[in-house]
Amino acid sequence: MIGKIASLALIVPALLLSGCEVGTKYVEQVGPRGSGTNLVADKSSSPKVGEVPPPPYELTAEALTGERASAAYQNVQVLGHLSAEEFNYTMAALTNWVSPDDGTVKNGGCNYCHNPENMASDEIYTKVVARKMLQMTQAINSQWRPHFQASLNGPNAGVTCWTCHRGKPVPAYNWSAAADKGGPITGKKYGQNTPNMISTAYSSLPYDSFSSYLAVPGKGSENIRVGSESAYPTKHVVSINQTEKTYGLMMHMSNSLNVNCAYCHNAQAFGNWKESRTQRVSAWYGIRMVRDANHNYITALGDVWPANRRGPQGDPLKINCTTCHQNINKPLGGYPMLKDYPGLKAPGPVTIAAAAPAPAAVPAVAGAAPAAVPAVGPVASAAADPVG
Amino acid sequence: MAYQNIFNQVQLRGELEPGVPHGAGNDPRIGPFGFNYVLGKIGGAQLGPVYLGTLGLAALICGAISIVIMGMNMLASVDYSPIQFVRQFFWLALEPPPAKYGLRILPPLNEGGWWLISGFFLTASILLWWARTYRRAIQLGMGTHVAWAFASAIWLYLVLGFIRPIAMGSWSEAVPFGIFPHLDWTAAFSIRYGNLFYNPFHALSIVFLYGSVLLFAMHGGTILAVGRYGGEREIEQIYDRGTASERAALFWRWTMGWNATMESIHRWAWWFAVLTTLTGGIGILLTGTVVDNWYLWAVEHHFALGYPSTGVVDPATLPGAPQ
Repeated sequence: MIGKIASLALIVPALLLSGCEVGTKYVEQVGPRGSGTNLVADKSSSPKVGEVPPPPYELTAEALTGERASAAYQNVQVLGHLSAEEFNYTMAALTNWVSPDDGTVKNGGCNYCHNPENMASDEIYTKVVARKMLQMTQAINSQWRPHFQASLNGPNAGVTCWTCHRGKPVPAYNWSAAADKGGPITGKKYGQNTPNMISTAYSSLPYDSFSSYLAVPGKGSENIRVGSESAYPTKHVVSINQTEKTYGLMMHMSNSLNVNCAYCHNAQAFGNWKESRTQRVSAWYGIRMVRDANHNYITALGDVWPANRRGPQGDPLKINCTTCHQNINKPLGGYPMLKDYPGLKAPGPVTIAAAAPAPAAVPAVAGAAPAAVPAVGPVASAAADPVG
Repeated sequence: MAYQNIFNQVQLRGELEPGVPHGAGNDPRIGPFGFNYVLGKIGGAQLGPVYLGTLGLAALICGAISIVIMGMNMLASVDYSPIQFVRQFFWLALEPPPAKYGLRILPPLNEGGWWLISGFFLTASILLWWARTYRRAIQLGMGTHVAWAFASAIWLYLVLGFIRPIAMGSWSEAVPFGIFPHLDWTAAFSIRYGNLFYNPFHALSIVFLYGSVLLFAMHGGTILAVGRYGGEREIEQIYDRGTASERAALFWRWTMGWNATMESIHRWAWWFAVLTTLTGGIGILLTGTVVDNWYLWAVEHHFALGYPSTGVVDPATLPGAPQ
């Protein structure tokens, strides 16, 4: 009898605790005492920081000079302001990031986008997409600096193709509008009540908050702010269901950065900016950045996308927070990858001719700095300053 | 150790006890069915007789209809797959109508219509069961304390699913039927209305809830502790010295300086339990109808603790900010 009770006393708590994370929790206080503004992390179960592939070869100061890519090659619309050598260097890196020819990608290598008979041709759709994605990368790195304001990497904070792609033609984490399948009632979940790690962190909250909040910039998106700004009822009418959608988006952000609410908010009053951390400002710009990327670059490609790059509703596969962050608050552990790829930092002078002193800056800096690698830094900051 | 028990040490066996005779107008009882060893370890070993009656039967039928509607809706939402039904059970729900239908009596069945029908039968079942607890107590010549305590819980249930949605003008304000969905609803409710912890009635409800737990532990612990003197036979012992009853009272007088009586401890427990849901229901009813943001309300009434500003400014208010 005592044996039975003893074994029950062991088994029952073990079963009840089986869903819990084992491991030491690290708690860091980041707010006023008593406010519970603590970051809680279980480092043993935290995702590993992804590896960063090395640059294809050393980009010497000399390589930045010489003939421009727009003159050396035909139909170079986005990176034409780079030297032909830097252009080739960037192309080599890009191939390695998105469609490596190491056998992991079908038809990987240059020919994933290019017709080997005519490298300038736009006949393969992936080349058109790649061009738009380069523009998107430059726009993110130049126009969305506020999203990187908290980074210690200064002008080298930003994204490359690798940040999302990680060696795959389609980034592993993407989303498209969810389809509500079935008849009038069969198979219908009305966009919620489904275990899903990426979009709701296994809650029963609405899983397609992306369509509402991350697809379109400006007034096209629903208002994420659900709390009232007055203590008493006003014309501010927001349903609980709408709140759950915002809550779902927040769970997505929490999950994709592997942080708890207190990373941005003081839970006393989630909506109160005065008590929020600066990370909330980064997130605010991040949401707008994702809308811009999704609408003005990915969706803007329209019919270029073939059927296998679209979701069940026919819209293209788009990005959310996880696409870059991949469960780490600083993508790639905050490695300043962009420092090696100055061509991705901002659009070239062809696109924004008036605002960019880059043509003058490149030869000047290249001449002043004989050491190869450090030269990349000054060039980078010179290119980034006008927009930062 | 003999009296430091978790399970009953003694189980009675003998003639099955049919219970006291009925008054006129009562249905016959069903059973008794026999003795059960496991039941006898935690309570009375005899199962039955049970009084079903008209109210009980009606309540069970209404409850069954309600549960079947919920279950079939959840099953339909996973394409009638029993495996997915079990796997996703904690996530599945029968949701109230979307806000666009307001207080329409019967929106389309697949858009909350089933929720209203299921809610109607669940409410009918609960109210019928309440009437049953009331009537059975009268028939046994008891007071109706249990029925009124149950009514307090029903008050909170009705506020959440019926009274407050009507006050707000929309069924969509009500709680979904489902395990995680109703929990997510609860969290979203607090977020929408600026942190329910600043709702003083919510605070009162928590006081009574935790107070109930404390009283339950004190009372249960005290009576078990004097079980070796027959402490569970409370009433017989009140007037005598040296009894379990007196020791139990003295224990608290010595430790706290004051003791409840054998009768008043039950009034304490009853009121704490009743006030938990009574105050909770008031707090929910005021939310959205009278107060829209409890945090700001608490700031206005000087009981929200002000923390130093982090210096962060809402970026949407900056000139030229993207929208």
